[in-house]
Amino acid sequence: MRHFSAPSLIWALAILLPVAALVSITVGTVDISLLDGLAALTGGSINSQTHTILIDIRLPRILLAITVGAVLASTGAVMQGLFRNPLADPSLIGVSSGASVGASLMIVTAGGFIKSGALLGLSLVAVGAFVGGFAATLLVYRLATSGIGTSVTTMLLAGIAIGALAGALNSLLSYFSDNDMLRQISLWQMGNLSGASWTKVIVMGAVALLLMGLFPRESKALNALLLGESEARHLGIDVQRVKRRLIVLTALGVGVSVALAGLVGFVGLIMPHIVRLAIGPDHRWLVPASALAGATLLVIADSLARIVVIPAELPTGILTALLGAPFFVALLLQQRRDV
Amino acid sequence: MSLVADNISLHLAGFDLLRNISLEVETGKVTAIVGPNGAGKSSLLKVLTGEMAATKGQVYLNNRLLQHWPLLDKAQLLAVLPQHTMLNFPFTADEVVGLGRIPHNTGLSKDREIITEALDLVDASYLQKRLYTQMSGGERQRVQLARVLAQIWQASHLGDQFLVLDEPTSAFDLSHQKLTLDIVRQLADKSVGVVMVVHDLNLAARCADNLVVIDAGVIAAQGSPEAVLTEALIDKVFGVKSIIAQHPETKRPLVIT
Repeated sequence: MRHFSAPSLIWALAILLPVAALVSITVGTVDISLLDGLAALTGGSINSQTHTILIDIRLPRILLAITVGAVLASTGAVMQGLFRNPLADPSLIGVSSGASVGASLMIVTAGGFIKSGALLGLSLVAVGAFVGGFAATLLVYRLATSGIGTSVTTMLLAGIAIGALAGALNSLLSYFSDNDMLRQISLWQMGNLSGASWTKVIVMGAVALLLMGLFPRESKALNALLLGESEARHLGIDVQRVKRRLIVLTALGVGVSVALAGLVGFVGLIMPHIVRLAIGPDHRWLVPASALAGATLLVIADSLARIVVIPAELPTGILTALLGAPFFVALLLQQRRDV
Repeated sequence: MSLVADNISLHLAGFDLLRNISLEVETGKVTAIVGPNGAGKSSLLKVLTGEMAATKGQVYLNNRLLQHWPLLDKAQLLAVLPQHTMLNFPFTADEVVGLGRIPHNTGLSKDREIITEALDLVDASYLQKRLYTQMSGGERQRVQLARVLAQIWQASHLGDQFLVLDEPTSAFDLSHQKLTLDIVRQLADKSVGVVMVVHDLNLAARCADNLVVIDAGVIAAQGSPEAVLTEALIDKVFGVKSIIAQHPETKRPLVIT
């Protein structure tokens, strides 16, 4: 039996997300009251320091958390459907490992250049991560595609192979880097939203909107694909085209997320899984509900990241796993009781 | 109109899976395919449904080359029930049956009505809200049958419809085997062309208008069950001595081994 109906879960999350975002605006090293927060958002008068903290630091950070969380969780839901495996995650297609190499390469080679070097307002590390992630996905996709189409199994294996290769390259780069670079690499790999800026928000927001606009068109196809590829074809789905589109969109979404926020783990794998346990696998509901849930989780995790070790901050990626894992275990235990 | 295999051959990885097979699935009739394991029955279905391309020969759906049909149009005419479905996501039964409505644009309320009727027809109404992953093998197969029935529930303006079933009764108990045969007969009466692979010769003899016996990739015999099922043929194809009797009521041939 299902625990929630899909619309009620979506409504609950649609209310929870703005509430979490509002609360998130008030927390951090500097305490700001909810009233001041609302005043800044609506253009009211507050002192300029508070205004700067809210508009230039916290607001972009929260918006980045919302968009990154939504993109990671929705692409996770899509990949789990495409691979017909509830334990698949966006990194399976090689995008995370490729991005990791790209970022490390930039950190190690561009060295001192890194602070000043930028492209369209985005750091070289971000550009390197995106290029690396996209290139790795393309490679995995090409390896798995033959004359008769793309084999999902081969893609899984190719993703593992490319992941291993990327891991080796990463270790190699770490081996040749100095202490400062090492720290940068490992911090990047933990995933962090602290570098949020309006440029990043605009880029990430555009990608998130694109994905949210295009994923609903494929949700019926994804439902049919859960039956198997030939069954989906017999239901009139152009399976190869659907696969290509979803893989490109996922590579784009995860590539940009990873480029802007580093490797924020857990959201893409577990959020869709939790949502599926609650409302079932129908992608018409699963994808948007996962997006909302992922956004909410990341906003909460990032708020905590800002306050648990005041005046310092923790990388956000640590908090997502710390928050999500026990919740997931609790769900599994409950499911075990139900069966 | 019909679903026609015109002199098809299929070579795969150095093996001749099918050789020079010509077969016509007529609307309003039930065509049953029988044969020993590995004879090429499933391969024939795969070529007939366009899942595999024949190495030689062509398949025509309503006088048009099968591969020339747009996917969505084809899906409104041809529903296929595979032998096994690898669905391991917790859809409810009515969601699974609802997948059969994907090629159609009949709207939510009409689809719901069809889903309920289809589940009712296969004696699975009680499964409606149950999760597919928690059903028994026979229940799953009935839900899948309802799905393909829902896919061709209404006649299409695009042409005659066909239903392809690969061993639909393999997980069924006696009463559901009979139910399946009744459903298949009803569909044929509504001028759907049905083609199914069956293992049980008596089941095939009871339901088929046209019985096709496949052996080692070629058609060993085809025609009415009475004409096809002979002691000599069964010995030759299956290597089993048998007696052909007549069913006291249906007058269909009865294979006793």
